[in-house]
Amino acid sequence: MTMTRRAALAATVGGFGLALTGVRTARAAEGEPIRLGFLTVKTGPLASGGIQMEQGVTLALKERNNMLAGRPVTLFTADTGGVPANTRSKTQELIERDNVQCILGPLAAFEALAIDDYTQSQKMPIMSVAAAEDITQRKPDPWFVRCTSSSAQCSHVMGDYAAKDLKYKRVALIADDIAYGHEQNAGFQHVFEDAGGHVVQKLWPPLNAPDYGSYIAQLNPKLDAIFMAFAGSNGFRFSKQFFEYGMGGKVPLLGGMTAVDEAVLQQMGDDAIGMLSVNWYSAQLDNPANKVFVAGMQRDYKVDPGYYAAGTYVSVAVLDAALKSVDGKIEDREAFMHALRTNQVPDTARGPVRFDSFGNVVGNVYIRKVERKGGRLVNSVIKTYPDVSQFWTYNQDAFLKNPVYSRDNPPAKFIEN
Amino acid sequence: MQFWLIQTLNSLALGGLLFLLSSGFSLIFGLLRIPNLAHGALFMLGAYLGATVLAQDLPFWLAVLVAGLVVGLGGVVVERLLLRRLAGNEQGQVLVTLGIAFILADLCLLAWGGDPIPLAAPSGMRRPLLLFGFAFPTYRLAVLVLALIVALLLYLLMERTRLGAMIRAGVDDREMARATGIRVSYLFGCVFFLGAALAGIGGVIGGPILSAYPGLDADMLPLALIVVILGGVGSLLGALVGSFIVGFLYNFGTAFFPDFAYVVLFLPMVLALGFKPEGLFGRVRT
Repeated sequence: MTMTRRAALAATVGGFGLALTGVRTARAAEGEPIRLGFLTVKTGPLASGGIQMEQGVTLALKERNNMLAGRPVTLFTADTGGVPANTRSKTQELIERDNVQCILGPLAAFEALAIDDYTQSQKMPIMSVAAAEDITQRKPDPWFVRCTSSSAQCSHVMGDYAAKDLKYKRVALIADDIAYGHEQNAGFQHVFEDAGGHVVQKLWPPLNAPDYGSYIAQLNPKLDAIFMAFAGSNGFRFSKQFFEYGMGGKVPLLGGMTAVDEAVLQQMGDDAIGMLSVNWYSAQLDNPANKVFVAGMQRDYKVDPGYYAAGTYVSVAVLDAALKSVDGKIEDREAFMHALRTNQVPDTARGPVRFDSFGNVVGNVYIRKVERKGGRLVNSVIKTYPDVSQFWTYNQDAFLKNPVYSRDNPPAKFIEN
Repeated sequence: MQFWLIQTLNSLALGGLLFLLSSGFSLIFGLLRIPNLAHGALFMLGAYLGATVLAQDLPFWLAVLVAGLVVGLGGVVVERLLLRRLAGNEQGQVLVTLGIAFILADLCLLAWGGDPIPLAAPSGMRRPLLLFGFAFPTYRLAVLVLALIVALLLYLLMERTRLGAMIRAGVDDREMARATGIRVSYLFGCVFFLGAALAGIGGVIGGPILSAYPGLDADMLPLALIVVILGGVGSLLGALVGSFIVGFLYNFGTAFFPDFAYVVLFLPMVLALGFKPEGLFGRVRT
């Protein structure tokens, strides 16, 4: 039954696709709700981040009385389960059945890559937290906007901070053996080695490694620090085991943007105090928008917002600003998309943001330190790098001529074992 | 030298943990002839239940007891209400256990949320132990000792009690066991309780090392499969030896062949299936 209905739907859309688009564009904007699609993950191992994404969207819309640029919003939420094939079918449902005009999400890079060709062909504006470098670099999607960070955008900054401020010379890198981990570590290495540091070891545990004891035992005994760029719960588990082996006082751990997230911070215990990490956001940021955001999250969900909640919350703010500048006329997609990418939003919860010509955010990146404040563990901001682009301080064209960051690119010149 | 010592201890500790995981899996596999694909989910449920008990400041042994009982009883319910109705339909039974695994995983997500929950080790074992100038987590050594105690208890149960004798008879030849008057139906209930309870206990004991998190089930199930296929289905000794082999392979494999961490882990299983399908110590062909 489902198959026939879907087949019928596909046939209809195939046949009248052009006509439909025409009708939609011509429809009067006044008073009609904006149809906003939201791809998230509410089941399966990635659900933690997906649930926080939903909290961010819900709160952002609630604060605006469910209105964007004077128009009511109808939100269509789809749970992809973090499975690319599902992401694709849910995206088709959102676009072809629910007629959404813009999509927030999806969460993971492999999900974003699974729908990219389809959403491009549909000219569907996508605002995702997926960090894969090439979506906004070598294989850009003109309909894509990212308000968070590319994989290496934040780790570049940590590379600079480790070399110049901390004066570290010898660092080991560890991350999940997936593109997200490779790209973050490569970005760190690129900047760190350009500033005179040496990456002496790289470790790549499989994404579903049951135990990190074996990797901790392999760590080079002469290290100034370890940079870890894990995703999901793995950073939490690695740090816990690292402390369990009594390594806590010996070598500092530096975290990538999802390694010491607010979502797991309270569970990490006092061992985490003093840990440094890099992110485009901290719940501790001292600006009016963030004060409202954190208070709202505390009131509604009793948690500090982290990477995922802030990602969608900021995305809605950026969406709202773009809609205002086109008087709410999301139906004129070209104009709306142009506004989305050229707008500067001075007052988001993460600070001021603007976008480069690839749709990737240019904004502040923060070095944060875990501290205990009022009984809770928080990521205090100790240094702000303003206006950071995904290309760091490198020349954009030269940067893009290199192959995309990977396990072995840039090549490691100082590996010891 | 230090590297070898630490990796050896790591391997032994991981082996102990894997035995707690896979002994119950092996028991059920041996008697019912089906891999219980919900075993990883039962292990995860045990870890979450343990975390909840420990959060009330109750002692660690109580968390182990509660998780063992609750998960064990859950296993009995599944066996009585679902698997029994599909007796003889092994394919159906396997699919049902897979379905239960998915349901349990989402129920855990609903009940405990998506963020990882750490389990505290017993208070005396939180500091690392200093051995010959290097530190090793005390708790991991305790896991090894606990696993060996569980192995001994299981050995006594299987070899020295009437129930154990009946289970062994059931593993060797189910029809013949039934013909000699053993109530195989009662036996299935017992074995399912024991197997599931072991998974729950393993979840709590593994908790301080692994934490409870969504996906723990899917991370652990393949390891149980490798251990049991390598060691031999239904064989306690096989599960024990298999666990330590896999423990050593994982630790030294990831150190020496980091790019082939999973090949090193799965290759012995493939070889076992190809050349010795009954496993090292098994009496049943998988």
